Amino acid sequence: MTDAGRPDALLKQLGPAGRGRLKVFLGAAPGVGKTYEMLVQARRRRLDGVDAVIGVVETHGRVETDLLTKGLERIPKKRIPYKGHVLAEMDLDAILQRHPRLVLVDELAHSNAEGSRHPKRYLDVEELLAAGIDVYTTLNVQHLESLNDLVARITHVRVRETVPDSILDRADDIELVDLTPEDLLQRLKDGKVYLPDTAERAQRNYFLPGNLAALRELALRRTAQRVDAQMMDYMRAHAIEGPWDAGDRLVVLIRGQPGGNALVRHARRLADRLRANWTAIHVETGRIEDGAERDRVAAAMRLAERLGGDARTVTAASEADGALDFARANNAAHLVLEAPRNIWWRAPFTLSTAQQLIKRGGDLNIHIVPERNSGGERPVRRAITPVRLDAYAGSLLFSAVALGIGLLARHGLDVSNVALMLLVAVLASALAYGLVPSLFACLICALAYNFFFLPPLYTLTIAAPENIVTLGVFTMVAVIASHLTARVRMQAILARERAGTNEELYRFSRKLAGIGAMDDLLWATAYQVAHMLDLHVVLLLPEGENLEVRAGYPPEDVLDSGDMAAARWAFAQGQPAGRGADTLPGARRLFLPLRTARGVTGIIGLDGRDDGPLLTPDRQRLLDALLDQAALAIERIQLAADIDRTRIRAEAERLRAALLTSISHDLKTPLASILGAASSLRLYRDQLEPAARDDLARTIQEEAERLNHFIANLLDMTRLESGAVAPQLDLIDLTDVVGSALRRAAPLLTRHPVNLEIEESLPLLRLDPVLFEQVLFNLLDNAAKYSPADTGITLRAAREGDKVRVRILDQGEGLPESDLERVFDKFYRVQARDRQRAGTGLGLAICRGFLEAMGGTITAANRSDGKGAAFTITLPVP
Amino acid sequence: MTPDPKILVVDDEPPIRRLLKTALTAQSWRVEEAADGLEALDFLRRSKVDLIVLDLGLPGLEGLDVIRRLREAGNVTPIIVLSSRGDEKGKVAALDLGADDYVTKPFGVEELAARIRAALRHRLQQEGEKPVFQSGPLTMDLVRRTVSIAGEPVKLTPREYDLLRLLVAHAGKVLTHSFILREIWGGESDVQYLRIYIRTLRQKLEADPQRPALILTEQGVGYRLVA
Repeated sequence: MTDAGRPDALLKQLGPAGRGRLKVFLGAAPGVGKTYEMLVQARRRRLDGVDAVIGVVETHGRVETDLLTKGLERIPKKRIPYKGHVLAEMDLDAILQRHPRLVLVDELAHSNAEGSRHPKRYLDVEELLAAGIDVYTTLNVQHLESLNDLVARITHVRVRETVPDSILDRADDIELVDLTPEDLLQRLKDGKVYLPDTAERAQRNYFLPGNLAALRELALRRTAQRVDAQMMDYMRAHAIEGPWDAGDRLVVLIRGQPGGNALVRHARRLADRLRANWTAIHVETGRIEDGAERDRVAAAMRLAERLGGDARTVTAASEADGALDFARANNAAHLVLEAPRNIWWRAPFTLSTAQQLIKRGGDLNIHIVPERNSGGERPVRRAITPVRLDAYAGSLLFSAVALGIGLLARHGLDVSNVALMLLVAVLASALAYGLVPSLFACLICALAYNFFFLPPLYTLTIAAPENIVTLGVFTMVAVIASHLTARVRMQAILARERAGTNEELYRFSRKLAGIGAMDDLLWATAYQVAHMLDLHVVLLLPEGENLEVRAGYPPEDVLDSGDMAAARWAFAQGQPAGRGADTLPGARRLFLPLRTARGVTGIIGLDGRDDGPLLTPDRQRLLDALLDQAALAIERIQLAADIDRTRIRAEAERLRAALLTSISHDLKTPLASILGAASSLRLYRDQLEPAARDDLARTIQEEAERLNHFIANLLDMTRLESGAVAPQLDLIDLTDVVGSALRRAAPLLTRHPVNLEIEESLPLLRLDPVLFEQVLFNLLDNAAKYSPADTGITLRAAREGDKVRVRILDQGEGLPESDLERVFDKFYRVQARDRQRAGTGLGLAICRGFLEAMGGTITAANRSDGKGAAFTITLPVP
Repeated sequence: MTPDPKILVVDDEPPIRRLLKTALTAQSWRVEEAADGLEALDFLRRSKVDLIVLDLGLPGLEGLDVIRRLREAGNVTPIIVLSSRGDEKGKVAALDLGADDYVTKPFGVEELAARIRAALRHRLQQEGEKPVFQSGPLTMDLVRRTVSIAGEPVKLTPREYDLLRLLVAHAGKVLTHSFILREIWGGESDVQYLRIYIRTLRQKLEADPQRPALILTEQGVGYRLVA
């Protein structure tokens, strides 16, 4: 593989667009002058006109350093009350608000006071960089995560405040601030190095020449690696052939034993030195791991990711198979694993994983690292099973029953058979209640056996030496058997639990697949998570600019401002926030992003019933599985909605196009007739017969009227659509409006006698007479247009309960059944036969709009008493 | 022989003025033109016309203001307003300010001519009202206070008689609701009363009350008795 102009390398040089640049001033120990150097360079940039400000700089009263801060703007610190004190921390929001070009942030490894947005200052820096602000910061090499064990071993001081190596890896510049150990010690003597009083003794031990030399070497080496890496990137980006082996890859095998974190750190350092990419793998062999093992594996894998490695889980028949297959498939040259723990009784029969790997590894370099529990790992908290009295009572009962049978049968049975009886009781306890109760049964049975069956009877003393052997063997067998049985039971329980979980996950995914509505889906997800993990759950989805709670179990509608801030942050950054997370840990809930291929689709907020940790790694895995399914389903529904939107938009586009075509047609046709007729009259008036002239004049008049009608409709429609129709409601006599509508429509109705059937005692109706007259006019016009000449139109009005119905019936062809609703659509026209004049396609739409504005409705149907259309207006009786 | 009536056309659109001049001259009326309200007022200060055709939507001084100023100045020349469709409020306002009638744009020439004739006749009637009014089958004897339809006497209550008397006095002209209410009920009364009286009048006078041919409704404006 050649590296000619590798695009990823070029991209790496560019960096993410809009991100600020990070420069780290790296030192071997406190007091080497990092802050001083940072200030000197910042002042230089300031003179160049760069907008540089101080976010936080600790001068510890050193005069030279203090002087340097003069002339640089300082963002005031934020005061955070904490347990009666007031702590001052860097004001992240003020800096983001001020948005300088460059900000100085001293002491990258600092831990923020409780109640800050992020618990660690490096996370503040991440946010500043993400906001496009350049950052200068200082760091001592001892704070680097991967060097943590090493420094602890060198100095015997474990540094608690660590910074992930990835921060340093992503830094755009690293400047090593170097001072020889002798000079540093001199400065220490001169009192030029600030040391916090509390840790003075420890710090004194720290500043030993040997320690300082070692730390200096670490810092130099780290910087040199970094320079190498930059060099390589540069050469790759510019297609310069180099001496490196691009395929070099290191694989570290993670197992469940303690010390996994130290192993990962070691692997990272080794990979750095080898300039290799590295991957941490864990092999699942089908062996059932206990909770503590799985937690340790998960912790080590997470650390590997934090340190910049890949983390993978592979499945294989044995660890050795899995590791070798993975190493070969990924062209790895190095395999790192921990030295096996010797289990003496297994050694003669089986080969340990390490031995198998060495035997079968071929040209793979196998690195065996001695086991060392660095102490840097917090012991994983295990759930303590409460003492269950019923289990002990049950064990006691089993033992008593066995003992009773033994006592009853003692004359017919050999004493050794009684021992077998009692063994059954122990095994039964192990099966029913697990290890501890069965050991309890063991003890009871051994004592009872001795008391009741071994001479001298009814004492706990034993006379014959062979009986001591008997009792010893009995006890041993009982203990071993209860161990084995309890283990089988535990495995069965675990397997059942997993099967149950899998079953539930499967049901959940089937349920999700059947849901089409977003709200149903969110409720189902909230319920499922709450149910399976016993947590309080809220789900938030973006609504325009904001996040809104869309579902919750138990139901919850609003979040307090602290929770909302955490949720927004989690959504914006795609990172966890809130309780137990790195950001805004003070929030009541933990907020996790729901991710799909299209990005963060929503946020889930979790809150437990008590104050303990929300998620153990086990529960985290289950949650991940649930959320993955939910996120996919959410994406599916969003995609469906997108498709719908696109379809609707296309439909609207089509309608608009149709509308334009229709309008231009309806405007142009009469205009063409008018222009043609008028110009004919002017040009040929002398040649034209009087009858022909009359004909042309009538054409002009009729077409102008048609145009007028169309424009009036268009105007009405526009008024309706712009919401400009404000009905002037008044109590109206329906007959009166019918009369004026008939008079207005009279010219259209010359060939259509109108039959009025208006109930005598109709109440007055609350109507706008002008709008209602227009409705009747349009309906009469429509009826006349779509029914053959010399057929009647019936207008019927009657009270039906608290409604008045007005029906207009014609004797035309009627309406297609499928279009009964569509006839009220804008620009909808029933397919006109040739001889019919097309309408404007607006009349009925206007009718519906006007009626709805007046609180009425209109529907279309075909007459039940014969051929023709029937339009029914329904109006409330006031 | 009296000279042909003189009509002032006030409209800002030259094509409308040209059309009206041609059409009205053909009816043997004399036509003067003004392009806006001020020009019209100016013209009317200098000379007298028999009728004004006034567009409501004028640039500068609006049509309604022209009516108000003329009436305030004591000018009683009949005014016919040209208004647009859907502007019922404008029509009512113009009528209440003292305009005599309105025609909705776009209009046919016959319609406008009919309105002009009605207004001119009305002016003459006011100068010397005939004692007996007749329209279609309706006969109203103002002296003997009797009403008959096709020779058959009709019995009206005093209120109904007053209402019909008011409509007859302005036959052919549209009367706004508020005008009728003011004249008959002395102002503060509900338009529903009016509707009910019109309904009973129609039942007594119209051949088919559902298709009134004598008392017409101008929706949103008022009523008109066919002359």
